[in-house]
Amino acid sequence: MTSLSFELTIGILKIFSFVVPVLVSVALLVYLERKVLGAVQLRKGPNVVGPFGILQSFADVLKLLTKENLLPSSSNKFLFIFAPMLTLILSLIAWAVIPISSTYVIANINIGILYLFAVSSFGVYGVIIAGWASNSKYPFLGALRSAAQMISYEVSIGFVIITVLICVGSLNLIDIVESQKNMWFAIPLLPMFVIFIISALAETNRLPFDLPEDEATLVAGFFTEYSSISFGLFFLAEYANMILMSSLTVILFLGGWYPPIDIFPLNAIPGIFWFVIKVFLILFVFLWVRATFPRYRYDQLMRLGWKVFLPFTLIWVVITSAFLFYFGLLPN
Amino acid sequence: MTTLIKYIKSFTLFELMKGLKLTITYFFKPKVTLNYPNQKGPISPRFRGEHALRRYPNGEERCIACKLCEAVCPAQAITIEAEPKPDGSRRTTRYDIDMTKCIYCGLCEEACPVDAIVEGPNFEYATETREELLYDKEKLLRNGDIWEKQISENLKRDRKYR
Repeated sequence: MTSLSFELTIGILKIFSFVVPVLVSVALLVYLERKVLGAVQLRKGPNVVGPFGILQSFADVLKLLTKENLLPSSSNKFLFIFAPMLTLILSLIAWAVIPISSTYVIANINIGILYLFAVSSFGVYGVIIAGWASNSKYPFLGALRSAAQMISYEVSIGFVIITVLICVGSLNLIDIVESQKNMWFAIPLLPMFVIFIISALAETNRLPFDLPEDEATLVAGFFTEYSSISFGLFFLAEYANMILMSSLTVILFLGGWYPPIDIFPLNAIPGIFWFVIKVFLILFVFLWVRATFPRYRYDQLMRLGWKVFLPFTLIWVVITSAFLFYFGLLPN
Repeated sequence: MTTLIKYIKSFTLFELMKGLKLTITYFFKPKVTLNYPNQKGPISPRFRGEHALRRYPNGEERCIACKLCEAVCPAQAITIEAEPKPDGSRRTTRYDIDMTKCIYCGLCEEACPVDAIVEGPNFEYATETREELLYDKEKLLRNGDIWEKQISENLKRDRKYR
């Protein structure tokens, strides 16, 4: 009994040691995004609240918390409140299997990558429920777009993951990282790496694929009717998802916690540092892309997903497995 | 051949990389933001800001109640009432400018024969109520006293272009 409660306490502490840094880094990511966008547009970005404006997001959260939470009279009240919670919960529970070093992970399960894939597919439910429960035309259209978009790009993400799995021979995320000790998969599987990053942008509804919340045509997309902290939860979930997708990119392609070269001064630094640095770099690429490209038109988005990425990834799965089979490099 | 180059370009994301290169160069360029309340942009000596009624150096009001500004004002924002003073000079008893009507065209300033009504360099006079923007003679004269140094400086710098 005591050992059970002890394990429970350890588990809860472990969960907090993931959730709290994730939420804090969401706040910092929002700040970073505004700074990067500002810098690209020759502005300075937020620089008033705290040193260099670093506390800006915390001020924004306080502002959101003090606002009135409006419920549209024609909405489905339960689902309307439930949707942002679901979205945030789904983006946080995915962290259960993310290993940030060879030993530090909440649940080291042997189907980690399947779990992640399932949870990120569930993310579309929050959006659909929000759009439907609002009972308003813009959220509804945003939700429909989002559903179609997420499903389309999940297919190519699936094939990219399959390619990596063929090279590794295990669904465990720690095994995936450890098989990259000598060479990161980003090098032999470069096209897959690029496609994964682009699909991750589409999966997290980021520009240039942010059709579900396209402010030019849909006001704010699926969260048009949301205000106050329920809007804040969507916002939090979106950025937590961004961090999640970039961690996944780091795990699948950039060798997780391994340093770029396995030589003395680099491999003395703890793995978690490398992991965070790599996630930060991928996030910077996300913001950089946002600052550069205009939004896709909806039919172009669908064309890219189904007519370019799907055949391309399919062919690469075949090429990779043929190569590995011919040279006898298949794992196990 | 051109089709081949087109395909190579599209599969190596050539154009996209060009775009990313451009934005990253801008990312490192010096920023042009002014920290507004602490830093302010330069304004022309001809800048048409908040109105002011000026005085002569001996403290006498410049305005002679000719009502040219009232007549020329296209927005009819100026209201003047006048009567002779005991010493025989004409002076205004009322000089109101409705700042909510004013379009800041500067015609009052142009029409004034004695440089009494001017638009000064001040543009930070936002108020919380509408009533505070209905300026009377007292307020305008006070503006004149506060901004006189800069107004006369600006008039002097702009004189040769008029």
